[in-house]
Amino acid sequence: MNTIASAALRYSPLLILALAWELAARSGLFASSALPPISKIALAWLDLARDGDLTKNTMASLWRTGAGLGLAILIGGVLGFAMAFWRGAETALAPVVELFYPLPKSALIPITALWLGFGDGSKILLICMGCMLPVTLGAFNGALSADRTLLWSARSLGASRLRSMWDVVLPSAVPELLNGIRTALALSFVLLVSSELIVSREGLGYLIGFLGSNGTYEAMFAVVLTVAFIGFLADRLYEAFVRRTLAWRE
Amino acid sequence: MAGMSAPSPSFGARAGQLALRWSLVIALFVAWELLTRTRTFTPFMLPSPQSVLERIWRDGNSGDLFINMALTIYRALAGFLIAAVLGVSIGLVMTRNAGLRWFLDPVISVGFPMPKITFLPVIVLWLGFYDTAKISMVVFDAIFPILTATIAGVRSVEKELIWSARNLGARERDLLWQILLPAASPQILTGLQVALPIALIVAVVAEMMMGGYGMGGAMIQASRMADSRGVFAGIIEISLVGWLFVKAMAMVRARLLFWHAER
Repeated sequence: MNTIASAALRYSPLLILALAWELAARSGLFASSALPPISKIALAWLDLARDGDLTKNTMASLWRTGAGLGLAILIGGVLGFAMAFWRGAETALAPVVELFYPLPKSALIPITALWLGFGDGSKILLICMGCMLPVTLGAFNGALSADRTLLWSARSLGASRLRSMWDVVLPSAVPELLNGIRTALALSFVLLVSSELIVSREGLGYLIGFLGSNGTYEAMFAVVLTVAFIGFLADRLYEAFVRRTLAWRE
Repeated sequence: MAGMSAPSPSFGARAGQLALRWSLVIALFVAWELLTRTRTFTPFMLPSPQSVLERIWRDGNSGDLFINMALTIYRALAGFLIAAVLGVSIGLVMTRNAGLRWFLDPVISVGFPMPKITFLPVIVLWLGFYDTAKISMVVFDAIFPILTATIAGVRSVEKELIWSARNLGARERDLLWQILLPAASPQILTGLQVALPIALIVAVVAEMMMGGYGMGGAMIQASRMADSRGVFAGIIEISLVGWLFVKAMAMVRARLLFWHAER
């Protein structure tokens, strides 16, 4: 009970902001299209949810993020570990990583659209390409941070190369890897929404653009706030997951 | 990446590293050229590096490249500077004023992990399709890392430092300018270093969505016309600007923090 009360107190400024929004919208100082009252936005949200538009497009968007991010974690993680373990992989991949790291990932939107069109494929490829590098770097730095003496002892006790990698290096690489994935998670939402806003026929970003050009601004605000909330929620859930995963580190 | 942790490599080693790095970049270009020569990919999927470079050269001569680059850089930098001034000053005031801290803390912690770009259509609704909207979007996105870095930086200033300054009769204003700001500047600069690439990306995405002049607008136009050379030329140009931004920011940091032992 106490934690709920303190959370309520902590987040009360957000409530105040929402109230201020409602009052400003109802005061008539602004055009109702530019600043619809929160209560009307909530009603529009319920309508969208009832029609099924919201669920359908949310599912489309979540599938794209999930698939793209999943692939990025898989490929990026393997590449990062490979770079940490085999000199050859590092020599070959380091310049590629270095060259592509500063590249603004959103600049790939037109390329993936050119290659795969306006559908799921181009978004998944975009998110995968964009989110891979933070994961690769996390895995690489994490694996390098493994205690060398631990690794040597494991090897001298007769553990095979693969075995010592699995038992010694992987666990000590986990914190850095999870950090890289957190960056990738945030990035995946940014890439998803921007690509859906720019070129798409489905998904939450598309829905925002569609409702906006239709002039149904209450519904547009409802979807904008929904996307922002999903991004926030994903980050918080991931944070909780990381805290549980790393609980063994004192 | 190789040798990044080396304390201070000798000149010879550094030159060797530089040569290695460049030869690998050149090798990448050669691989790209080979992939297109052998027709592994069609010129539409992956235009040859030569044709892309020719395209950049042509855009450069016609002046389009200059206009688009200048506009994008202007929008990114204007937004970044506004975000820097606002972010650092709001952050500083937040550390000195409990009321403001109470009010803004949850707003920042909720706003930071949100994909801010989602609000682009709202900003267009309020401000229209012109520079004001694009720059506002950049400010909205770039301000968060600066704010959080400033708050964390000021909080990490040693208490003893503040106490001794107070003891020596420093007023609140002197404390701010002569103790807090300099002591927090390494972290603030890190925040600025994070924010600058974000500013560029957001400017490009805003241009892609709204169209018109600018590197993002030119790229999305090329993509809609199925002009793959134009798209690849755009990627190279944007990467170049991004790289220049990162380098410039690192130089500014080295200049301003010459007194600070870095790593």
